Amino acid sequence: MKRPEPIQVVKQRRDAALRALIEGVPYIQYLGIEFDRRGDELTGVLHFDEKLIGNPALPALHGGVTAAFLEVTAIVTLSWAMLWDDLESGQLDAETLTFETLPRLPKTIDFSVDYLRSGLPRDAYARARLNRSGRRYASVHVEGWQDNRARLFAQATGHFLMPALTDGGA
Amino acid sequence: MRCAARQGWGMTSETRAHAAHQFIEALPHCRALSMRIEDIGEGAATLSMPWAEALVGDPRTGVIHGGAVSALMDTSGGAAVLCHPSEPVATATMDLRIDYMRAAKPHQRITARAVCHHVTRSVAFVRAEAFDEDGEGPVAVANGAFTFERRKGAGA
Repeated sequence: MKRPEPIQVVKQRRDAALRALIEGVPYIQYLGIEFDRRGDELTGVLHFDEKLIGNPALPALHGGVTAAFLEVTAIVTLSWAMLWDDLESGQLDAETLTFETLPRLPKTIDFSVDYLRSGLPRDAYARARLNRSGRRYASVHVEGWQDNRARLFAQATGHFLMPALTDGGA
Repeated sequence: MRCAARQGWGMTSETRAHAAHQFIEALPHCRALSMRIEDIGEGAATLSMPWAEALVGDPRTGVIHGGAVSALMDTSGGAAVLCHPSEPVATATMDLRIDYMRAAKPHQRITARAVCHHVTRSVAFVRAEAFDEDGEGPVAVANGAFTFERRKGAGA
């Protein structure tokens, strides 16, 4: 039986791939979104900033920011799931991985946001679940919360067009 | 987005335009995205936003992220509700669905026109379309339901 890889090697490879995926997108940096990784599970973290405020009187996060945060979490989770097998099998070399050498990102077809309560002026978290991820289309559900995991402030469902495979297949 | 007006936006086009301008100026995220009011009518609002490097979703193409387009559509939707003739005092987005028809051309301004096409006692329904400067069909379309808070004592 093959010996399992040392933990540092595994962690380094996964974190490098995740970094390559996130750091290439200016809008993710602009909003201040990071991802927490536990094994293959990702949690999006939106760090609060004054520029994310919609209504200064409450104050509350702008609905567009909430939508964007959920959409980013959906796209990154989907891309991450797409990468995972090739990353683990060694087909993708994490050492040389950059945003340019990664597969293209999925494209949003539609995105529907359900606003449940106003977003408070503090950090927010989101986790996405792939309802179905096919070769060409994917359906993703995302939940966003702040203080309590069970008290969602918004949730969303979206459909995405998967990028064409690198071998030229559609 | 949740927004409130101290009183209705008024019936004349000048008071409406003035209220709309003040409204958008007061919202930090709208300022951050350099949103601008282009036109305000009865239950209709047109807002625009310039292309910016920071809003890019795919650096290989320079196409703006869908999330930034949502922010513009959501704001124009809220503005369209607030300038409805029955003069609500506050509104908040309950649900917004966006269909992305095509990528917006990089370096072009995006303009969203929202129409509040129906209101009930407590709900406003909104449709919106977003265009780039090419104007060959919308970049995205949206449908939303917003809360509609009437002034106390105002008839339904």
